[in-house]
Amino acid sequence: MIKKFFLFTAYSFFLSLSFLSTAEQSSELSADFQEKVKSISAELRCLVCQNQTIADSNASLAVDLRNQVSRMLRQGKSEQEIKQYMVERYGDFVLYDPPVKERTWALWFGPFLLLALAIAFLVSNQLKRRAEPDSALNSADREDLRALLRGDKDQL
Amino acid sequence: MRKYLLPLAIFVLVAIFLWRGLFLNPREVPSPLIGKSIPEFSLPKLEKENSVVTSKTFDGKVWVLNVFASWCTPCLDEHPMLMELASQNRVIVVGLNYKDGFQSAADWLGKHGNPYSAVAVDIDGLVGMDFGVYGVPETFLIDKSGVIRYKKIGPLSSIDIQDELLPLVESLQ
Repeated sequence: MIKKFFLFTAYSFFLSLSFLSTAEQSSELSADFQEKVKSISAELRCLVCQNQTIADSNASLAVDLRNQVSRMLRQGKSEQEIKQYMVERYGDFVLYDPPVKERTWALWFGPFLLLALAIAFLVSNQLKRRAEPDSALNSADREDLRALLRGDKDQL
Repeated sequence: MRKYLLPLAIFVLVAIFLWRGLFLNPREVPSPLIGKSIPEFSLPKLEKENSVVTSKTFDGKVWVLNVFASWCTPCLDEHPMLMELASQNRVIVVGLNYKDGFQSAADWLGKHGNPYSAVAVDIDGLVGMDFGVYGVPETFLIDKSGVIRYKKIGPLSSIDIQDELLPLVESLQ
């Protein structure tokens, strides 16, 4: 009886050990997998709640799309293919990083153009200023100013 | 005076853009599906056991696919519009019951009236996903060769139907 009990305990102990190890293995796998799902989801816009990614949002569409991402990953689809799938259905708007193409040139290069314009404006202004010294004061004004600074008010 | 011209021009430009921006609806995302063939699907038909609605069922006809659900409140707003559209018999109106269920869909249609020639039941929303559905109700107009010609996100208004949908239907017939 005791022997039986001992055997049973030992058996259940090892059984639970084996469960533990498989559970660990699968969670390790899924941690990696979930990381991948998360990183792709973080680059996709949730169209219902437009300022959130589908990784952040709990809207039902976001949950569906997250599931779709993980389903496609399990099918061995690449990140590129998954994004392509989303763009075909929801348009470029679904990507947080819009692709560089004719329609988005203003978006991508506009800020740099504005920066270049601002720098050009600044530089030309500075150069102009340097080229013509302060002409607002003539030499007589300067003389008056110096007198003022000396406290020589009678001069005025 | 001339020195104020440039800042004034910039101000006016920015003001025009901001003014326009006030009236843009960020939810109206241009659909990449317009001008493309509808995604293939085959879904069970509501209230007709063992029968399916597929992407080919209405080949050769101009039809409207309306995505609805019994849980969707704005669907109720457009429902009278769809009833009216269906009663005019100018275009086939088909329903796509999105992430809902047979019973709840049938109950909802029983209560509010059924404008649909056929209803495809998409319980897990996967066909809806292929149609790029993200805000129920959505409405698609599909031409004789199965190409999407028009899409409306959100409830249809009678103005949408009169000014956009019906003229397009006429031109596609």
